[in-house]
Amino acid sequence: MSSTEIRLSGSGGQGLLLAGIILAEAAILDGKNAVQTQSYGPEARGGASKSEVIISEGDIYYPKVRKPNVFLALTQEAYNKYVGSTCEEGVIIADESVEITDVKCAKKYSLPILDTAKNVVGRAMVANIVALGTINEITGLVSPEALEKAVLNRVPKGTEELNRKALETGREICNIK
Amino acid sequence: MTNRQAKLMQGNEACLEGAIAAGMRFFAGYPITPSTEIAEGASERLPLVGGKFIQMEDEIGSMAAVIGASLAGLKAMTATSGPGMSLKLENLGYASLTEIPCVIVNVQRGGPSTGLPTSPAQADIMQARWGAHGDHPAIALYPNSVSEAYSVTVTAFNLAEKYRMPVILLMDEVIGHMRERVVLPDENELQIIDRTKASVPPEEYLPYKADPDGGVPEMPAFGEGYRYHVTGLIHSENGFPTTDAEKTAILLNRLMKKIDNNLDDIIKYQEDSLDDAEIVLIAYGSTARSAKSAMDMAREQGIAVGLFRPITIWPFAEDKVKEIAGKAKKIIVPEMNLGQYRYEIERAAAGKCEVIGINRADGEIITPEDIFEKIKGVL
Repeated sequence: MSSTEIRLSGSGGQGLLLAGIILAEAAILDGKNAVQTQSYGPEARGGASKSEVIISEGDIYYPKVRKPNVFLALTQEAYNKYVGSTCEEGVIIADESVEITDVKCAKKYSLPILDTAKNVVGRAMVANIVALGTINEITGLVSPEALEKAVLNRVPKGTEELNRKALETGREICNIK
Repeated sequence: MTNRQAKLMQGNEACLEGAIAAGMRFFAGYPITPSTEIAEGASERLPLVGGKFIQMEDEIGSMAAVIGASLAGLKAMTATSGPGMSLKLENLGYASLTEIPCVIVNVQRGGPSTGLPTSPAQADIMQARWGAHGDHPAIALYPNSVSEAYSVTVTAFNLAEKYRMPVILLMDEVIGHMRERVVLPDENELQIIDRTKASVPPEEYLPYKADPDGGVPEMPAFGEGYRYHVTGLIHSENGFPTTDAEKTAILLNRLMKKIDNNLDDIIKYQEDSLDDAEIVLIAYGSTARSAKSAMDMAREQGIAVGLFRPITIWPFAEDKVKEIAGKAKKIIVPEMNLGQYRYEIERAAAGKCEVIGINRADGEIITPEDIFEKIKGVL
């Protein structure tokens, strides 16, 4: 049974744990199976941290990501630490501040995720939601409807419009190139 | 795959929800990674269902409070990890001898001592059996998924109530922290077992009167008019201490028989593709998930591999392992410790087939590839 492995990495506090949960919940809304795991402890606070999701039509046994089909890096430190095992047919999506190295993979995207969150959407803290919009526009992991619903299920009341805008802007930056 | 009621849930969260569904209305604990979400969740959820949550001064106090709450008639639980489990053992032994139903969750992390706080391990297997001193009965269960973290917690409470004893629920950091798609059962469809209340009036009640052949004494709650003595000393039927050799033998024998006479009721396991298996993997908890993947990889290459997954770790599924050892050529036991359960399996296999370990105690998970490589290596 085919499954897709996703690794979201950045620095602790960028909301990637929540992004992983939202992505997994969107997959479940689409009727798929999903597992989410993350780094814990000192690693999860500052420094490089990661949140991982496996989405599958069937059962998922081993719960950890081994060869990500989709790899997101919002910081150079996280990129350097976690890019290594990315699948050869995989997609790398990195913030434009990250220098992408000569890793063998199908596609590499360098996009202004952090800058868009801060200066276009207007809040640096929504970078995780911008990233979700970007990732899904490129990979089509989940249906756009499920993703929006999963985002709105998880964000604090009163921030729905902000997050909807973050998601939409995340989609749009893929088409700027 | 149905979408109805499907949701993403964490293992620790599912354990707590299972406990509440089983009727747990008292939790005392001292939070510790990687079990903290259970205490945190209990502090939020219990007041909403009329229950009580107390954060105690330490793990010893938590275990004592759980025993007291259970004596007062509530289903009670605590949750911890290795360092806290070590502290709970004194009172765990007390609960075994005084026959107090309760559930102790141990979400295992790397040890010994404070060890590796955020890393997974499965190295408290023997502690779950022999941690408390003296001969005592033990039940320890081990789920391997978020869904089972819910259902096996319900089972843990049922066995605790049915046999009047502490039950250890073992998890590991992977199962405790991972989030997974689950569809929880309808609470009304769960089978819930409650302790047997007193069938005689207070003046006729003897707190430890039971069939010597593994009987379970009746248990009224403190506050219901039944006054009785509870002691960690060896006691006779009336609950008061005794040093009489015959009475001591009868009591200890009865405690052990509660388990030995009911192995079929207590021992739960999952068998996968054992019929034609030449190599059998025996694995539990998160490692069983890697073993299942490794088995599928082997089967795809035409290698006859099966999987036996104990859900009940203690009592040990001795007859089943003997049967496997009599049919298989090799048994492989992957576990995140240096070979604790393998010793038990070797003992049961008694030389009938080779038992090979795959062991890690460095905070890293045993992967499907690790197991698959070993399978190919022993062919």
